[in-house]
Amino acid sequence: MENSNPIQVALIGNPNTGKTSLFNQLTGLNQKVGNYPGVTVDKKQGICKLPNNQEAIITDLPGTYSINPTSVDESIVLKSLLTVDDENYPDVIVVVADIENLKRNLFLFSQVKDLEIPIILVINMADQLDRKGISIDVETLKKELKTETILISARKNLGIEEVKNAITHYAKSSNTHPLCSINHKIDEDYFEKLKKVSSNHTLYELWLMVTQNNMPESLTEKEKNKLLGFRDDMSKLKRYQHKETIHRYQQINEILKRTYIVDRSKANDVRAKLDSVFTHKIFGYVIFFGILLLIFQSIFDWATGPMDLIDSAFANISELVKKKFEPGVLISLITDGIIPGIGGVVIFIPQIAILFLFVAILEETGYMSRVVFLMDKIMRRYGMSGKSVIPLISGTACAIPAVMATRTISGWKERLITILVTPFTTCSARLPVYAILISLVIPDKKLFGYFSLQGFTLLSLYALGFATAIISAFMLHKIVKVKRTSFFVAEMPNYKIPSIKNVVFNVVEKTKAFVLGAGKIILAISIILWFLASNGPESYKNAEKSVIENVANKNLSAEEIQHKIASLKLEKSYIGIMGKTIEPVIKPLGYDWKIGIALISSFAAREVFVGTLATIYSVENDDENVSTIKERMRAEVNPETGEKTFSLAVGMSLLIFYAFAMQCMGTLAVVKRETKTWKWPIAQLVGMGALAYISAFLTFIIFS
Amino acid sequence: MDTIATLLIGERGIISEESLGDIPLKLLEMGCLPGSDVELLQIAPLSDPLYICVNGSHLAIRKEMAAQIKIIKS
Repeated sequence: MENSNPIQVALIGNPNTGKTSLFNQLTGLNQKVGNYPGVTVDKKQGICKLPNNQEAIITDLPGTYSINPTSVDESIVLKSLLTVDDENYPDVIVVVADIENLKRNLFLFSQVKDLEIPIILVINMADQLDRKGISIDVETLKKELKTETILISARKNLGIEEVKNAITHYAKSSNTHPLCSINHKIDEDYFEKLKKVSSNHTLYELWLMVTQNNMPESLTEKEKNKLLGFRDDMSKLKRYQHKETIHRYQQINEILKRTYIVDRSKANDVRAKLDSVFTHKIFGYVIFFGILLLIFQSIFDWATGPMDLIDSAFANISELVKKKFEPGVLISLITDGIIPGIGGVVIFIPQIAILFLFVAILEETGYMSRVVFLMDKIMRRYGMSGKSVIPLISGTACAIPAVMATRTISGWKERLITILVTPFTTCSARLPVYAILISLVIPDKKLFGYFSLQGFTLLSLYALGFATAIISAFMLHKIVKVKRTSFFVAEMPNYKIPSIKNVVFNVVEKTKAFVLGAGKIILAISIILWFLASNGPESYKNAEKSVIENVANKNLSAEEIQHKIASLKLEKSYIGIMGKTIEPVIKPLGYDWKIGIALISSFAAREVFVGTLATIYSVENDDENVSTIKERMRAEVNPETGEKTFSLAVGMSLLIFYAFAMQCMGTLAVVKRETKTWKWPIAQLVGMGALAYISAFLTFIIFS
Repeated sequence: MDTIATLLIGERGIISEESLGDIPLKLLEMGCLPGSDVELLQIAPLSDPLYICVNGSHLAIRKEMAAQIKIIKS
């Protein structure tokens, strides 16, 4: 029987319960990631084929310990369950629990159950029962919880069919009961009054609307006002929430006493042994820094090959299109705007995928929580949290996913500081800029006859990025005043062998989100830059003619003439005019208008610097052999001073400028989204810009 | 008065009933309830945060928080 309306299923559970494993098992590759309106939290959905040929749309809600939210991610769970008229409002909820932390998992279950939406309880990791010395009486549990309860092992693909059957069977079922009646034991009168506010909602729904100040559209104005009245005495509200929590746990304890037994003597606890190594006061840090080195090593080493391939592939595609078609505005837009624009995004995929691979493995194994534990005290001195370590590491690939990774930090001040300083870490877009500048101005010598001076410079720039992030965090810590107090609690999950399926899905999904999110901005700016570089006032249009007139009696090849035309065109284009306009401002740093153009175009992505300079300097060479960008730049002479444009002083000044300046529209946009105001991205742009300008100025003076 | 912060590694205690008002809701919800058994498993290298096992939940909490949760040593 084909049914036109698919069943809406919501997956809810604590973090680390294997909720995502179950989601992957149910939906396979039929997944898509969207956005919840108004927030940037990813909405993960997938389609599941049910046994009777019906389809279910499964929404994987963010992991949470309670329906009462403490972070943006968690607030989604509450919102999804209170918005009755939403297209994805669940017909049935699947609560995922893990066998080891059943008590805490049942707490969340008891809250969800009281919403009186059809519900199924799935207990995961059933294959570990013996190893943990746990025995469980599912039949009695079913009766006590008044809920269909299924033991599964998402990793071993056991019990998944039962879950599918239960979804078909229980969707839209009207047989729903609350588990804990919150009113009686706390304050009967109070909850009687609350219940009378609206007959369309269960008592627990109304209670959540009051405590979380989350009023759905479905309420009338009168009802809303009545509910707001219950918020007058906040200390009473807090007291009742505490009582409610205790009451829930008491009831769960009673149920588990009869159904769930742990024989500790049988439990084979590797956790303690591994913890004593991973959180050891010396080995703990040694292992962590070892892993960091491995990550950096692989980001640079493994990614270089694919990145070179992508680079040349896009250049070849451009060339091919240019050869195949008659030149024109459209072809120019495609070959000089769109293709390099897309290439500028795709080139980051290898590094970002490798980084996400490591982060996914570290999170899946449970090791990341130990890093949080090890680093919290150190990071707190600088106004951040142990959870800031992950964004700071991610920042070495790209600041955009790093800023998004700050969502797990629950203290607003700690999160804000992490967001603000993350762009100082050396992202992969800076690398090509560093590489070309270093090879231009730093002599290829050995330090102490052993270390390469060029390599040492690169390493110093990385250290500089981290140091600046930490120092500015410390200063922000002293400056930023936030009323909301920070609160820190981190679960230390048990160690697990990572599931390959989960890791692969995770990497693919995050990489895709980066390409689609950041890609749009980089592509748009590339097109704008193309327009500015290929259009200009009257003198731009005459560039070709004036070059041909000038070189008429010189013996130049057609190719050289083309280069000269391109160069003059760029000078007379809008972007050339912009470069000349900012020249007086950047002159103290040692830059001319050509470098100015490169600085402006770097706002799409920093590595565009290299490509822009390549276009600008692709001229004035009589020697056929001199063809690479590096050689062209090296040969460039400043017409005013007669010295090389890229002297040591200019090179160092540029390196410092790129280390500090906020030249990334993508990051600014994502900071705006995450902080919900333009205040912070503008502060970043101005603050980092000022720091970059002053430091580059001082560097130029010192080295010249 | 003993608190979670005064426990030594490997020591256990019972969270006292009078702590209820001082424990943040989130921590209560994660199982850190009055009357629960709590064990200090590890202390991070710079003596903060603390790694505890309470009511079967393994949690890392900061010392300042732990110092507010009164216990009876067992």
